[in-house]
Amino acid sequence: MPVEALTTGGVAAIRDAVRAAAADSRPLRLRGGGTKDFYGEPPQDSLDVLDLRGCAGIVSHEPTELVVTARCGTSLAELEAELARHRQFLPFEPPHLGEAATVGGMVAAGLSGPRRASAGAVRDYVLGAVLMSGDGELLHFGGQVMKNVAGYDVSRLLAGSLGILGPIVQVSLKVLPLPAAEATLRLRCDLRDALTYLNAWGGQPLPISASAYHDGELSLRLSGARAAVEAAMDRLASTHGAEPLGDGRAAAFWTSLREQTAPFFAGDAPLWRLSLPSNAAPVALSGPQLVEWGGALRWLRTEADPQAVRRAATEAGGTASLYFDPRAGSGRFHPLSAANLELHRRLKRELDPQGLFNPGRMYPGL
Amino acid sequence: MRAMPTIATSPDTDSELRWADVHAAPEPERRAQVAAALRGVLPAHCVLAREEDTRPYECDGLSAFRQLPLVVVLPEDEAQVRAVLRVCRQHDVPVVARGAGTSLSGGSMPHANGVVLSLAKLNRILTVDPVSRTARVQPGVRNLAISEASAPHGLYYAPDPSSQIACSIGGNVAENSGGVHCLKYGLTVHNVLAVRGLTIDGEVVELGNAALDAPGLDLLAVSIGSEGMLVVVTEVLVRLVPKPQVARVVMASFDDVAKAGDAVAAIIAAGIIPAGLEMMDKKASRAVEPFVKAGYDLDAEAILLAESDGTPEEVAEEIEHMQQVLRAAGATALVVSSSEAERLRMWSGRKNAFPAAGRISPDYYCMDGTIPRKNLGKMLTAIAQMEDKYALRCMNVFHAGDGNLHPLILFDANEPGEWERADRFGADILELCVELGGTVTGEHGVGIEKINSMCVQFSPAERNAFFAVKRAFDPPGLLNPGKVIPTLARCAEYGKMHVRCGQVAFPELERF
Repeated sequence: MPVEALTTGGVAAIRDAVRAAAADSRPLRLRGGGTKDFYGEPPQDSLDVLDLRGCAGIVSHEPTELVVTARCGTSLAELEAELARHRQFLPFEPPHLGEAATVGGMVAAGLSGPRRASAGAVRDYVLGAVLMSGDGELLHFGGQVMKNVAGYDVSRLLAGSLGILGPIVQVSLKVLPLPAAEATLRLRCDLRDALTYLNAWGGQPLPISASAYHDGELSLRLSGARAAVEAAMDRLASTHGAEPLGDGRAAAFWTSLREQTAPFFAGDAPLWRLSLPSNAAPVALSGPQLVEWGGALRWLRTEADPQAVRRAATEAGGTASLYFDPRAGSGRFHPLSAANLELHRRLKRELDPQGLFNPGRMYPGL
Repeated sequence: MRAMPTIATSPDTDSELRWADVHAAPEPERRAQVAAALRGVLPAHCVLAREEDTRPYECDGLSAFRQLPLVVVLPEDEAQVRAVLRVCRQHDVPVVARGAGTSLSGGSMPHANGVVLSLAKLNRILTVDPVSRTARVQPGVRNLAISEASAPHGLYYAPDPSSQIACSIGGNVAENSGGVHCLKYGLTVHNVLAVRGLTIDGEVVELGNAALDAPGLDLLAVSIGSEGMLVVVTEVLVRLVPKPQVARVVMASFDDVAKAGDAVAAIIAAGIIPAGLEMMDKKASRAVEPFVKAGYDLDAEAILLAESDGTPEEVAEEIEHMQQVLRAAGATALVVSSSEAERLRMWSGRKNAFPAAGRISPDYYCMDGTIPRKNLGKMLTAIAQMEDKYALRCMNVFHAGDGNLHPLILFDANEPGEWERADRFGADILELCVELGGTVTGEHGVGIEKINSMCVQFSPAERNAFFAVKRAFDPPGLLNPGKVIPTLARCAEYGKMHVRCGQVAFPELERF
């Protein structure tokens, strides 16, 4: 059954605030629940905050169409609860990082969780979005259907845009049925072997939906048809001695990765996110590592020189972003090539000519 | 004051291809000048400037729209592509990039004063890496050739547009092509990790990378499906996936189209995402059966093909489950493929619907709208009424899983007025797609064909935002100008209003 808008309102308030800011040439800091304030360039305290939580509510959810549409301020937990009632979910498992997480913030941050390597990222599930322009116009891009190539795919461009192109007022997301069965297995090995196994299994018809390696232990989650999960469990048990983990402990483990509450994430040492080709050799940098996404995501806690971290990532064919660092300082995301940065500048100038929205949040000066 | 994007800064209407311009002849002097400049940077055999040599490029898969280009170039490597772009930039010449020319929307129809930049000679598969499960290929490589090269490793490239034996990966990137398996495996945008391309200034840009995250804005996503208007692609890094061990298909007959539509919803509601889920109406199955002898139930009002793929265990489980759901949804007959040959035969009709249309009618016009699936009944009823209104027949094939409808309007171009009626028939269907909450193009692209229908789907402010994106990538507006995004003037001329799903979004906002 379609769900009627639970609340309305808020859009007019956003528009009024945007128009006022435009009139005074006063840039805005766009903000949802603030659970990802730490991510990206440190927000500038001097900016007026435009709180987007007032524009909230699930506009429609049609389970058999596999689409949900929600306003930006909708609580992410509420959205997921609605999907769960229909045995559906957001396959990219976005991290909430706090109860206050909103749908708009989730899309703007563009962060995906443990299932990323098998299911895709936030942007892969964005079907449509409504953006507010600097003059308060609502711009609809994409739509609520799976296949849509009318015009440029601006809605996917907004995923991970950190609000620099404007407030994402509403989004439509593709959703999927929950897997019929899930199981988690564990085995002990070193990192080099873990990467070899993960890349080999990735080329085989195994229903691996998540993987994590830390401290000599490789965890694998299998998801899919019951028969497929059982067959894979038997196979990995006999070939690699993988042992099943109880359902309760398994769920807690994957949640602790998704929500970054696992002990690895505690503490104040700089936390780097190295995004590498899945088969890149282990990174030779000091500090504890946690590997996810079949080898494509390498978390690293290190006090090493940022230049050294970036150089290591570049040499491995990827990039390194400083995900969390309690000390102030800019230069969070991996630097862009000159040509790529120029495209960013022009896009920002064209879509936000007054520079109203989240200036400097992604890269200084952007 | 903010500088508003206005009509004045949009590509001007003079440079826009108009329907009336389709027979405009390239200017001989300009042609000689541009050809000479291009011969300065390319081997002589890579530049075609005589009319008989450029004639094969005058249209793509949408042959109703034709235009001779000024010059055709066929560079052999990226350096030559860059040289072509620099010449065109310097001489202010429009550039229409072209892959295999299978576009169904006139996306690669030439510009009268422009160069056709064929990427057909950039046709090498650079690497197939079975460990990282990726392939790096040049844009002219055929879609199917990637899967063939990956097959020894048990891998393949998932998106499979019907034209996959001919269409190129560069064209797939330009159009964000889908295929019959995209409900489960995604579109081009979900299967391309990175693109290397050139801007109109000849600058190399790398969008995306070999990892799963790239820093900054997702320029890869906005480039895929941009119909050659933002960058010229010179390399594509695609993701390869393991080949399913087994695939089987269930063919279900229904005595009512709406029931078949409900059955599709029931399959999804049961938590199943089939590898393929396709529907044909009676007109379509009757047209294709004599052609392919697939064994279709010719009395059925609709036939549904639902495929499961994966390991033998999961396919057995899913096929059983789908049969239960289809039976409960009122299927009048069910056949499950018992061999690979039988599976391919069941699909052959669906895959050959277009040639079958060509067999029973001198011409056909293939539409490509997407609607929320629940509105399928409404749409088919309306199409039946339009058949009466325009006195033309229409057969319907449908990617039912993702709501992508391909009505095939049958007509005879030699009969005066029939093409015009077919054209209006198609525009009516697209307009209804928008009203029903869908889109004017699911996978074939806007090109030149659906540019008027874009006026119906997007507001002037939204179209200005598209022009803004275009200017950011291509400030002089030379890459495939006049396609995809209609100007304000063009929409005013077309005279149809922007509609939004038959309802007002954000009702709490006052209207001006």
